Amino acid sequence: MSKLKSTTELKSLQEKLGKTQHRDRPTIVVSSGTCGRSRGSSQVYAAFEAGIKDRGLADKVNLRDSGCHGFCQAEPNVVVYPGEVFYANLKPEDAATILDETVGKGQVVDRLLYADPGSGKKAAKLGDVPFYTKQKRLISGRNILLDPTRIEDYLAIGGYSGLAKALSMEPKAVTEEVVKSGLRGRGGGGFPTGLKWQRLGQGTPKYVICNADEGDPGAYMDRGLLEGNPHSVLEGMVIGAFAVGATEGVMYVRTEYPLAVTNVTRAIEQARELGLLGENILGSGFSFDITIARGAGAFVCGEETALIASIEGRIGEPRQRPPYPSEKGLWGKPTIVNNVETWASVPIVVEHGGEKFASIGTKGSKGTKIFSLVGKVNNTGLVEVPMGTTLREVIFDTGGGIPDGRKFKAVQIGGPSGGCLPADKLDLPVDYESLTAAGAMMGSGGMIVMDETTCMVDIAKYFLNFLQEESCGKCFSCREGTQRMYEVVDRITQGNGRADDLALLEELATMVKDASMCGLGRTAGNPVLSTLANFRGEYEAHVLEKKCPAGVCKALIHYRILVDKCTGCMACAKACPQKVISGEKKQPHRIDQSGCIKCGICKDSCKFDAVVVE
Amino acid sequence: MDVGKIIDKYGSRRRFLIAILQDIQEQERYLPKEALRQVSLRLGMPLVDVYGVATFYSAFSLEPRGRHEVTVCLGTACHVRGSHRILEEFERQIGVEAGHTTKDGEFTLESVNCLGCCAIGPVVVVDKVYHGEMTSNRVKTLISQCRKAQKVEAS
Ligand SMILES: Cc1cc2nc3c(=O)[nH]c(=O)nc-3n(C[C@H](O)[C@H](O)[C@H](O)COP(=O)(O)O)c2cc1C
Ligand code: SF4
Ligand code: SF4
Ligand code: SF4
Ligand code: FES
Repeated sequence: MSKLKSTTELKSLQEKLGKTQHRDRPTIVVSSGTCGRSRGSSQVYAAFEAGIKDRGLADKVNLRDSGCHGFCQAEPNVVVYPGEVFYANLKPEDAATILDETVGKGQVVDRLLYADPGSGKKAAKLGDVPFYTKQKRLISGRNILLDPTRIEDYLAIGGYSGLAKALSMEPKAVTEEVVKSGLRGRGGGGFPTGLKWQRLGQGTPKYVICNADEGDPGAYMDRGLLEGNPHSVLEGMVIGAFAVGATEGVMYVRTEYPLAVTNVTRAIEQARELGLLGENILGSGFSFDITIARGAGAFVCGEETALIASIEGRIGEPRQRPPYPSEKGLWGKPTIVNNVETWASVPIVVEHGGEKFASIGTKGSKGTKIFSLVGKVNNTGLVEVPMGTTLREVIFDTGGGIPDGRKFKAVQIGGPSGGCLPADKLDLPVDYESLTAAGAMMGSGGMIVMDETTCMVDIAKYFLNFLQEESCGKCFSCREGTQRMYEVVDRITQGNGRADDLALLEELATMVKDASMCGLGRTAGNPVLSTLANFRGEYEAHVLEKKCPAGVCKALIHYRILVDKCTGCMACAKACPQKVISGEKKQPHRIDQSGCIKCGICKDSCKFDAVVVE
Repeated sequence: MDVGKIIDKYGSRRRFLIAILQDIQEQERYLPKEALRQVSLRLGMPLVDVYGVATFYSAFSLEPRGRHEVTVCLGTACHVRGSHRILEEFERQIGVEAGHTTKDGEFTLESVNCLGCCAIGPVVVVDKVYHGEMTSNRVKTLISQCRKAQKVEAS
């Protein structure tokens, strides 16, 4: 394909590609992100490919390798059109059946349909799967419609129309549209995007940066978009650059996402080839290009000033703001930093108008938000819902509740800066204001669900360990404070907690918050403060009774075999790495506590629930 | 190893330091001392600054890596599903703590703070292949598969 010289040429290419997509043919879409691949989606794709060839269906059926459709728990899964039939948890050998029955005869294969684990009810099509019914997949929904390695696919569904529209407008008007949409940054802070653009300082050149560092553990929305629809992010960046007059862009991707790096690199080359990036974009006279910088495994580099330092080839230490990057950013020039999901929202805002976007959501939080729903929940995956949806709807309706009949205990939201919300907060609407008021925060969108077997003191310790490791060490308060807090919580989990430790923790958390420079330190106390506020009893059990009610903290628990449940199958004895389980065949077994290292392998190996933690 | 070629690809400028180190690490699977010295000469910056960057970012390793690389995710989602117990089992089976390489150069064991596959946690990456829903019981099998692969390659 040659360079497009005008928006008219873009339009006719879109139309042409739309027609050559053969939408009338049966289409099989395989969900194939990093997570899908690790569960075997590549093999399923290969099986379909071979099956199509064997049956001579090559020009009668479309087969598409797409990015993640969000329902990671049900991977490998495919959607078959027409009918939007959803087949879940497939094996390669199922491909032949689907080709013969569904594609060949138009019959639905009942045994491969998704069955709701709760009700056992089968879903005839994608829209009936409980995981999808309450979602509004405005940003992530297009993943299913395209192969991320093909710019043609994105163009065929009208991709880059937002850019075409922007180029026909005054740059200022484009920014105003973003202001009108009420779009707020999806990277954590929630700052109004349009306002950020309006405040960009004077000076040239100007830069735009896409923050794809996605450091919050447990969150992978950005990976889903970069892998599954990289052009939507690039399109957003070009529109933003046009709106503010930037000439260079940088995509900062974390190195832990190899597939995302590959797909974005390819997408940039494709966009350049078509004249959607580079000199004189679509003949508009506007020039802009994007380069990639890879992160190197430091959480703090997600903070915008540290990220800029890292792009400049330096140690990723945050610096004092103001001046904000919008005044003095990359190479000291005015720079806009936005998150992946923010950029991916921009084309939609511009193409359909700010007002339409603003009609979704709540008063202060507009549009939809993607969450990574993970941990102890039945339907794990990427969930996109309108702002204002309640936690209960996300975790129980979409997420299908807690596995193994266990009880919900908490949801951790907002990453290491966020908090843990207990069951009585389940009816909280998910929006920036409500979450902050409840002592958590929206953050980037990680939602880690915890059940009664999760120890909240252990979770606080987990985050403190994370933060003390990731603190860049520049501020004394953050460097020392996170270490001291970790030590206090660690000794509590060891059974050595002191009566005044909880007060000490509160004091330390407040001190670190007040005296540190960047967001990492300023929010480092949150995991502790929120678990203390909502689960104080659990701390007290550790400190006063020396007990870990959830059965997690090693120093406070032991494993025991229930005599009346043990069948003497010897599985645990074989698996025990310490060889401290003894007993005759078919007789109850026993654990010699003195040699037990509390690895829990015996509990995992027992099929009769005879091993308990106490 | 051709550090010169890598530097030529980017140009002798400090801003490319991280990218250059990443390419060296990819090629050699660690950052040899000699390579860092060359980088410092070519970019005209003090060796201590090159070291500073190389040690700040956890993706870089100053030690040679084992033939097999095992990375256990300790991100929040994996943590609540018991990833620490899985790391401990790897440590027992391989015989080194996270962040280290076995004496025979067979395994390097690492932990990481999230691989973005949180939905299928606990996640372990062995020689670039992702394994989801890991259990302690599967650890032994994975390791012996690695050892076998090594033998096959050697024979
Ligand atoms: C410690 C720390 C880590 C951060 N990590 C990220 C990140 O991984 N991704 C991100 O988009 N923003 C991250 N941020 C927020 C950025 O500093 C910045 O606010 C954001 O990229 C702006 O984009 P937005 O307005 O579109 O959200 C982090 C902030 C802090 C303090
Ligand atoms: S608050 Fe912590 S992470 Fe942020 S600059 Fe200070 S020391 Fe570094
Ligand atoms: S917890 Fe581990 S060491 Fe202890 S008895 Fe069970 S398997 Fe053996
Ligand atoms: S695995 Fe369970 S049933 Fe079998 S011997 Fe051990 S405790 Fe008893
Ligand atoms: S928490 Fe382990 S992959 Fe994200």
